[in-house]
Amino acid sequence: MSNKDKNDNNLANTRRSFMKKSATAGIIAASSAPTFFMKNAFAADGSFRNMPGMGKSIKLGFNVPQSGAYADEGADELRAYKLAVKHLNGEGDGGLMNTMKPLSLKGNGILGKKVEYVTGDTQTKSDAARASAKRMIEKDGALMITGGSSSGVAVAVQSLCQEMGIIFMSGLTHSNDTTGKDKRRYGFRHFFNAKMSGSALGPVLKEEMGTERQAYHLTADYTWGWTQEESIKETTEALGWKTTATVKTPVGAGDFSQYITPILNSGADTLILNHYGKDMINSLTQAVQFGLRDKQVNGKNFEIIVPLYSRLMAQGAGENLKGILGTTNWNWALTDAGSMAFVKSFGAEYGFPPSQAAHTCYVQTLLYANACEMAGTFYPPAVIKALEGFKFDGMGNGETEYRAEDHQCFKNVLVVRGNQNPTSQFDLLEIVKEVPRSQVEYDASIFGGELGPYKV
Amino acid sequence: MDVFLIQLLNGLDKGGAYALIALGLTLAFGTLGIVNFAHGALFMLGAFCAVTVQQILTMSVKVRDESITFFEAYKEQPYLEIWWGDTGTAIIDYAVPISILFVIPIMLLIGLALERGLIKHFYKRSHAEQILVTFGLAIVLQEIIRAFFGANPIPTPAPDIVAGSAAIGSFLGLSDNLVYPWWRLIYLAFSSLVIFGVFAFLKFTTFGMVVRAGMADRETVGLLGINVQRKFTIVFGLAAVVAGVAGAMYAPILPPDYHMGMDFLVLSFVVVVVGGMGSLGGAVTAGFLLGILQSFASMNEFKAIFPGIDQIIIYLVAVIVLLVRPRGLMGREGVMED
Repeated sequence: MSNKDKNDNNLANTRRSFMKKSATAGIIAASSAPTFFMKNAFAADGSFRNMPGMGKSIKLGFNVPQSGAYADEGADELRAYKLAVKHLNGEGDGGLMNTMKPLSLKGNGILGKKVEYVTGDTQTKSDAARASAKRMIEKDGALMITGGSSSGVAVAVQSLCQEMGIIFMSGLTHSNDTTGKDKRRYGFRHFFNAKMSGSALGPVLKEEMGTERQAYHLTADYTWGWTQEESIKETTEALGWKTTATVKTPVGAGDFSQYITPILNSGADTLILNHYGKDMINSLTQAVQFGLRDKQVNGKNFEIIVPLYSRLMAQGAGENLKGILGTTNWNWALTDAGSMAFVKSFGAEYGFPPSQAAHTCYVQTLLYANACEMAGTFYPPAVIKALEGFKFDGMGNGETEYRAEDHQCFKNVLVVRGNQNPTSQFDLLEIVKEVPRSQVEYDASIFGGELGPYKV
Repeated sequence: MDVFLIQLLNGLDKGGAYALIALGLTLAFGTLGIVNFAHGALFMLGAFCAVTVQQILTMSVKVRDESITFFEAYKEQPYLEIWWGDTGTAIIDYAVPISILFVIPIMLLIGLALERGLIKHFYKRSHAEQILVTFGLAIVLQEIIRAFFGANPIPTPAPDIVAGSAAIGSFLGLSDNLVYPWWRLIYLAFSSLVIFGVFAFLKFTTFGMVVRAGMADRETVGLLGINVQRKFTIVFGLAAVVAGVAGAMYAPILPPDYHMGMDFLVLSFVVVVVGGMGSLGGAVTAGFLLGILQSFASMNEFKAIFPGIDQIIIYLVAVIVLLVRPRGLMGREGVMED
């Protein structure tokens, strides 16, 4: 055999063995590849992304802001998620599982599988939130993603979850867009929205402040701020109020003085702060420091309104929030059985009552778990169908329904006021009115948007 | 008139903070030739000195909150209040002013340690390398603070007596609408005082004279038998003190978080560049000028014509100044031009 023949033979052997090895590797890879290599979320054999299979546990992904303007809410959300996991696994006092109706959960995890969790930091930024959600889905195998304390984040993560076929149970997100123009089949919101805040707040504003006011808006410059400004403006203008100016402020601006000083001589007699979290604490504190609450304009006392606020913000803003009107999704001082059970359970675990962010996140986790039990499977389209139109009670806001058309929960909304005479360090919000669900309902089609397909 | 005055005050107030940081940056650059990107972190460290003093003064014991009945809730009661009653409460109330006493020596030590331990090794290196190493230092410092204090801003209130606002309008016989928060007025007075103090120190003391001479001609001063390097090291410490007290006094205006230094640093570099690299007068002038411009640009009348002008005005002015006067408003020939 010539050298050339030897070389050709070696080459052929090498090529042949390479082909063999490649084929073997391909078969191994195809049989053992994790589901994230799937092009779509569903394979032809009926399996789906992160399908638990024969494993004894499943993982949920808690994606909350651990830094940034909404970090306080994020910390409380995480506490609530951990408590929900405990209760789902049959530990602790069971919390809202004692009061929820109808209840399919058995206290043995979800569908008999122990619930575990992974966490991510959204940093209150959409790109970071998407990256951490993607990591939890692809690397950690999270079956459901939940969390977020910013509508920008919720909309971004919801859209990612739709693409990946993973259910997203949003946490605190108040923008109309989340279940409006940006709604998704895989996204569900228990929290109320800006439109509902406006509907709830309108009659109280008319009663307490009359029909002749000049309103000045300071608005966080992102989806939530814009839709809240729009909804509150619509409400106040319907009352007969005039809008002096609407000024957008960057999220996390810190020093709002340059936005507050122009208000002093604007002729406005009402400041509407479309801010949340640290931004709201800073802007309200600075507005009070600049003497706005001591002013008389147009023969009226200058008033500040915070359309969305929570006890955590009230804690940060301290004295400055006393007497200020706003709305909230839920408050620990409610005396229904569900609220009391949750406060007792959360209080025993952490030594202080839960915030509205904690409440909505806890409820969302239980609702997802309950839907899996109802569907008898983790298969996302079946779980989605179980959640759509689901009517429940005993979770703290009276009778509630997950509207099938836009995946928005409809329930009672609270109009609250910063408590003038608190009886404890936590008694910061006084409930002015529990506005019935019928008063805050609206037509699902007004915000447009498409839910999209069940199978992606 | 009211509108003008209040925007002017707001601009001076912001400008005071910019000027203080820019002054420290320029001191380090003018003496040591170091472009110190860690200077914002020194401002942040100063603010966290105030936070630390507040936390030490409010060290508490947990006591049962009897007003909560259906779970065991606890509230915190500071030891100072338990031991000394109202006197203890008053001491806690004055945490920020008290912290200044600690900020000065602590920041001086930090400044000297940084200069001797790290910065001195980079004197003869290029500005690009200096920027890299000081920027890295800034990141390390802010991550240390994040590890100890978390990522959330920490409320650090001013004493109650100056928590409200001053009725400047009534005082001047103008409109009652003209009010301005007391602490911001104090900050403006304080920053003016510190700036004046630094200039006086450099102008009227022998030490300052040597430093100025060293800045002008280091070699000649060295030939006279003076250890210029030691003086410059002290000046770096002084720059750290200026940044530190600026940060501590700013804490009641903006609750400190680990990132606050970086937020100010970018603006302060723009201030230094507009003022002219190495010019102390330029840094202060540009600081106040840009603060005032930013404040006026936030007026709705301007924003109606140029939407978003409040966000870009500082950078717009910087571009124009650099086009018209490439060395900045008061820059000298030959600085950073090699």
